[in-house]
Amino acid sequence: MTLDKVKRGNRFRIRRIDNKDLKTQAIRIGIYEGAVFLCSEKLPGGPIILQNRMQEVAVGRGLAEDIEVEGI
Amino acid sequence: MSNCHDINKVSYKGMKGKKLVLAGNPNVGKSVFFNYLTGIYVDVSNFPGTTVDISAGKYKNYIVMDTPGIYGVSSFNEEETVARDVILGADLILNVVDSVHLDRDLFLTKQLIDMGKPVIVALNMMDELEQNGITIDIGMLEELLGVPVIPTAAAKKTGMEALEKAFFQASQGNRDPKLAAMIKQTAENTCSDAEALMILEDDEIIAERYGMKTAGLRDEIYIERRRSVEDIVNKVLKESNKGASFGVLLGRWMLKPVTGIPMLAVTLYLMYKVIGVFVAGTVVGFTEETIMEGIYRPLVLSLVSPVISESSFIGSLLIGEFGIFTMVPIYILGLLLPLIIGFYMLMAFLEDSGYLPRIAALVDRMLVSLGLNGKAIIPIILGFGCVTMATMTTRILGTKREKIIATILLGLAIPCSAQLGVIMGLISELDAIYVLIYAAAIFSVFVIAGTVLNKVMPGESSQLLIDLPAIRLPMLGNVLRKTFQKTMMFLKEAVPLFIIGAVFISVLQYTNVLIYIQQWMSPVTESLLRLPPETATAFIMGIIRRDFGAAGLTSIAMTQQQVLVSLIVMTLFVPCIAAIMVIFKERGTRDALAIWLGSFVVAFVTGGIIAWLI
Repeated sequence: MTLDKVKRGNRFRIRRIDNKDLKTQAIRIGIYEGAVFLCSEKLPGGPIILQNRMQEVAVGRGLAEDIEVEGI
Repeated sequence: MSNCHDINKVSYKGMKGKKLVLAGNPNVGKSVFFNYLTGIYVDVSNFPGTTVDISAGKYKNYIVMDTPGIYGVSSFNEEETVARDVILGADLILNVVDSVHLDRDLFLTKQLIDMGKPVIVALNMMDELEQNGITIDIGMLEELLGVPVIPTAAAKKTGMEALEKAFFQASQGNRDPKLAAMIKQTAENTCSDAEALMILEDDEIIAERYGMKTAGLRDEIYIERRRSVEDIVNKVLKESNKGASFGVLLGRWMLKPVTGIPMLAVTLYLMYKVIGVFVAGTVVGFTEETIMEGIYRPLVLSLVSPVISESSFIGSLLIGEFGIFTMVPIYILGLLLPLIIGFYMLMAFLEDSGYLPRIAALVDRMLVSLGLNGKAIIPIILGFGCVTMATMTTRILGTKREKIIATILLGLAIPCSAQLGVIMGLISELDAIYVLIYAAAIFSVFVIAGTVLNKVMPGESSQLLIDLPAIRLPMLGNVLRKTFQKTMMFLKEAVPLFIIGAVFISVLQYTNVLIYIQQWMSPVTESLLRLPPETATAFIMGIIRRDFGAAGLTSIAMTQQQVLVSLIVMTLFVPCIAAIMVIFKERGTRDALAIWLGSFVVAFVTGGIIAWLI
């Protein structure tokens, strides 16, 4: 499934990032293929908030559609 | 290599010494270290060829240079390019790491180590780490990285002495052996390992400097680096089940719409109270009326008018209604400066507290439908202060498409504080229904213009991808420093534009072109907008200073409907002359002309529709 389908409170692993620009930008703030996150918040129609320990990142809905994840 | 000395071109004003460069992610407290090391004698200057400011100072026999906060060394934007060049020229790097965000920050740390530069790590915000029930095995972290790691809480001045002592122990850290071998091979053709690494990581600018091709290995190296960071973090970090601290909870509430929207409303209301009421009323009342109009204007007139007559051409240029020594300083110092300082200070406060990125996330959805993303909330908020300042800030947006959309929306539908004051005065005398129509009309134009632009403009806007820093109480010193730097930058850029604008208008007035334009416009205002002919004068004045225009309306006898229509036209109408000049400077002649003419059309069409509907 893609990241925008993840439910709040779910843990998941990132499998693939399809957008090349996004991939390079994202990896530097800790979002990369293989990384594990918790969806700590999901704004209605808006960004998905990913959490890893104390770090939180907001990912726009459109970008989330380009990120392939698997639930764990 | 013959051009190897170029690397060190980032020397500092003839000062000799080794370059100690501070590097770190955004909001890690880097500047506190910088201030601690350099004291108060700091030089802030524009990095050549960019709009990025770099601070430099002396510490013992080192030249200390600060860099913009970055997540990694590369050249995705101007700030990164500047940071990269300063880092490439470093003899020693002090890497400030937010211990609470160890996973995020160590990516940069590992990259700096891979560059082969001597690095020392300041593990900052240790006090917060404890509050959140996390411990880090510093000994093991040192061993894994191969560089000294000093725990600090810079805001409380803890660990700073230990850090100073450790400067002598800064060392090249542990590199991934495979990567180190590749760097060694590439470095045969470059001046340093650092540049070799940049070429391996596909930095096109550096590769071009050596006439080399990029290696196409960025993804591979980045992923490997991320894995090694993950590995390190798993080994050194221990979490207890202490539960989230108040800061973390507050951060959550800011994001959840149920709590976040009321919190945002309260914040905006407080901003309105501080800036709209206190700064725009009390402070500006004093600076503009008492000081500039009361003392400055009579003084300058009494000095100049005996020498040059005010009615001569030169006289009108210098001390006339729109004179370089009258309108320009009175407007900028009396009216704008207090507002600009107020706005930048609040923005710095929101930024340093960690609230701003959360606001961006909260409003992202709305702005996406207008072809922008959450980040655009920054220029939009600033627009209520000064559209000129806000238009400059559109530089932070990701794509040209977003910059154009934001510029149009700012010019069209965001009334600046100077104008808002006068509008509020006029609108308060209208019936509630007209106030509602006014607000609805402006808001609709904002939404419709954004939606249409998003549909018709080619290309795609960038999407929100933003790190949400921890919620912290901002440090006053930092907020003031940022405010000062941004205000100075604004003045440096805007003052010349205001002067050119003032000269332009003075010439139009002296040659009577202004009156001609007013006469030419009158039929439009009368027949289309059903307004008295004198309103054309007010509209023209609105181009010079938006508040002049709105103030000009006060003296014209109009019905409530007419006041409503003229206020709508005035708000949507082109921004002031300085904002127009910034639009031309930022967007280029062709786009700027289109934006300018477009705003005329939208203002008159919208005004016309409402005039014929009500």
